[in-house]
Amino acid sequence: MLYSSIGYYSLIFGLIISFPIILLSIRNFRNEEVLDYKIITFSFIQLFLVVISFLGLVFSFIYSDFSNETVFNNSHTTKPLFYKISGTWGNHEGSLLLWLVVLTLFIFLFLIKSKDLLKKYRVLTVLFQQIIIIGFFVFLIKSSNPFNYIFPIPDEGLGLNPILQDPALAIHPPVLYLGYVGSSIIFSSVLAATTLNYVSKTWAIHIKNWVLVSWVFLTLGILLGSIWAYYELGWGGFWFWDPVENVSLMPWLALTTLLHCILVLEKRSNLSSWAIILSIATFTLSMCGTFLVRSGILNSVHTFANDPERGLFILTFLFVLIFLSLLIFFIFHKSDSRNSSSFFLLSKETSILINNWFMMYFLSVVLIGTVYPIFLDVISSQKISVGPPFYHKLIIPFLIPFLIFMAIGPQLKWIKSGLEEKLHLVVLFIISLLISFFIVKNLNVNFLINTILIGSAFYLFFITIRDFFLKGFKNIQQNIAHFGFSLLILSILFNNIFSSELITNLKVGESFKNDRFEIIFNDLKKLEEKNYTSFKGNFSIRENEIEDELEPELRIYNQPNIITSEADIKTTFFTDKFITMNTVKNEEYFNIRYQVKPFMLWIWISVLLISLGGLISLFKKNYEK
Amino acid sequence: MYGRKVKLRFLFITLILLSLILSAYLILKSLEENVIYFKSPSDIQFLSEVKHKKIRVGGMVKINSIKISSNEVNFIITDFKNEINVSYSGLIPNLFSEGKGVVAEGYLKDKIFFEATKILAKHDENYMPPEVKAALEEK
Repeated sequence: MLYSSIGYYSLIFGLIISFPIILLSIRNFRNEEVLDYKIITFSFIQLFLVVISFLGLVFSFIYSDFSNETVFNNSHTTKPLFYKISGTWGNHEGSLLLWLVVLTLFIFLFLIKSKDLLKKYRVLTVLFQQIIIIGFFVFLIKSSNPFNYIFPIPDEGLGLNPILQDPALAIHPPVLYLGYVGSSIIFSSVLAATTLNYVSKTWAIHIKNWVLVSWVFLTLGILLGSIWAYYELGWGGFWFWDPVENVSLMPWLALTTLLHCILVLEKRSNLSSWAIILSIATFTLSMCGTFLVRSGILNSVHTFANDPERGLFILTFLFVLIFLSLLIFFIFHKSDSRNSSSFFLLSKETSILINNWFMMYFLSVVLIGTVYPIFLDVISSQKISVGPPFYHKLIIPFLIPFLIFMAIGPQLKWIKSGLEEKLHLVVLFIISLLISFFIVKNLNVNFLINTILIGSAFYLFFITIRDFFLKGFKNIQQNIAHFGFSLLILSILFNNIFSSELITNLKVGESFKNDRFEIIFNDLKKLEEKNYTSFKGNFSIRENEIEDELEPELRIYNQPNIITSEADIKTTFFTDKFITMNTVKNEEYFNIRYQVKPFMLWIWISVLLISLGGLISLFKKNYEK
Repeated sequence: MYGRKVKLRFLFITLILLSLILSAYLILKSLEENVIYFKSPSDIQFLSEVKHKKIRVGGMVKINSIKISSNEVNFIITDFKNEINVSYSGLIPNLFSEGKGVVAEGYLKDKIFFEATKILAKHDENYMPPEVKAALEEK
């Protein structure tokens, strides 16, 4: 009760603080030479109020204050403390409040970190960021207030969806949001820079850090979501081309493209229009993500029940922002032709540009696959879904040139590069193709495409390793990220090719045998836990004389009354053994799925390596200064 | 005749246009082949012919219709107007139960028999796929 009120009023005051900030910014923009210190102070006050408001919600959750509607809908007294806290952002209202916390946090950090930059640029960035902040404040207070009061006060809450009660998913939203919302700073600052015609080398060096920060968080956020889906949803996969996953992939693709484009801008003062468009696209796609996930428009297997009316607000807001940014782009942006003549065909910037095209192609594939069903539903009310074959067919063939360019690109020099002393490129390519040939030869898969694909992934793999030994730490950030990517592609391919599974329905005591595995259902134990009842099955699995014991679990949660299955996974260096069990209509039969998934661990490790590349780039830069 | 810069720019724009057209063609073509249509049992009754193409069927699982054996599950999907028999072997999501919404993906054998290759999982007991909701509201 008390905490809710504190939260609500801090939120209102937080919104009010926006007005002095805007007024001060406008006055400061016109007059003085130095940045008005009050802007920073007020930004800090705003951040402080929003954090207080967020803490108010957290404490309402901790003390199970069911007079608060959000708490009532998403919490329960028997829920463990950890999930009470993580439940704060496990719902629509709370997650938007978290958006706002990050929005205000980032603009404050931006102000502190940009001291030696142009004053007008800093002030203008604050202004644009305030537009976004106000939009979110109004949205939050009007249509999804986290502090709604209900009377009479219920005794017990409705509980948090049990599949969200998981450590990975507890930290997944904050990390993902840091990535999403980080792109808001890029958006505001690119608009400011465009208006002032400040898109330059200095700007690129400064904004690159922000791009890196959002990129690292977004990568890690997607990784966490993927790991969670792998073990919690019991499908044994890590990516399903589901719309909700796609909406997080789209800003990632745009951001990755932007990261590379910023490099060209930094080193060669080229591609400024392209960088502006990408910055706008990244934030727009992040907003679209929020809109599509929260509006209930997406037909997704991940969709949680939600409210379509909220979508309208975000959609309107989104259109206003897009309109505003395009207006600024067309009015103020003058493409500088200072350097465009020195663009040679064989150079690092060309190869980056080519890879940018590929990324844009991947982005449009994902975008169309995600949006087309919605579009078709609106115009012809036909219900369709676009499955993984669509994406695989369109993306996999293009990965081949993509990987090859990714390997060759960093070998080229800026401005103009020759092909002297590049014999190793050819030799390594032939070696990679040969290795891949011998791997694929004995397998029952499409020969040609797999050989070339695995070959090009190996190519990138070897070239990055070679670079690491020859050049050492010179370009380590790029090297690690590219190496991680080759490892990712290789792990995914091998994971796909070598996975095997067995699905059967068994009663306790029964066993099932096929030509490879034998599964014995030994035992079923019942355990009472704090907020659920657990049924633990005990299975023995025999494969080539090796016996494993696995214990998948079924949990029947008391509030809400939902059954979830917890997979039991035995992870080793090379392969994962994965088993899930499900009930069917309380009958004696249990639906058992056993999978052997090679290289799962390596998929996670390679994504970690990719983001490590970003981290190194971020710190190395500051260290060298 | 033209300067190097103009030529380069011309080449650049042609390349962009070509790749745009190519990718648009590829995407549209693949879309045509790979979309999965959603049908309710009633839609299936009105089909003029049964094609061997992957579709999704959605509706409610009819009460007392689930029959389970060691390698197969059989059940009936109904939209309270028409019904269709489904046979399925594979992973069964936990929220799959009688009287609840379901979406099955697979191939039609004929107008009353459907062979499912996948039953879609949902995360929320109150969640009903929009298609099912629409199909149920239509009646």
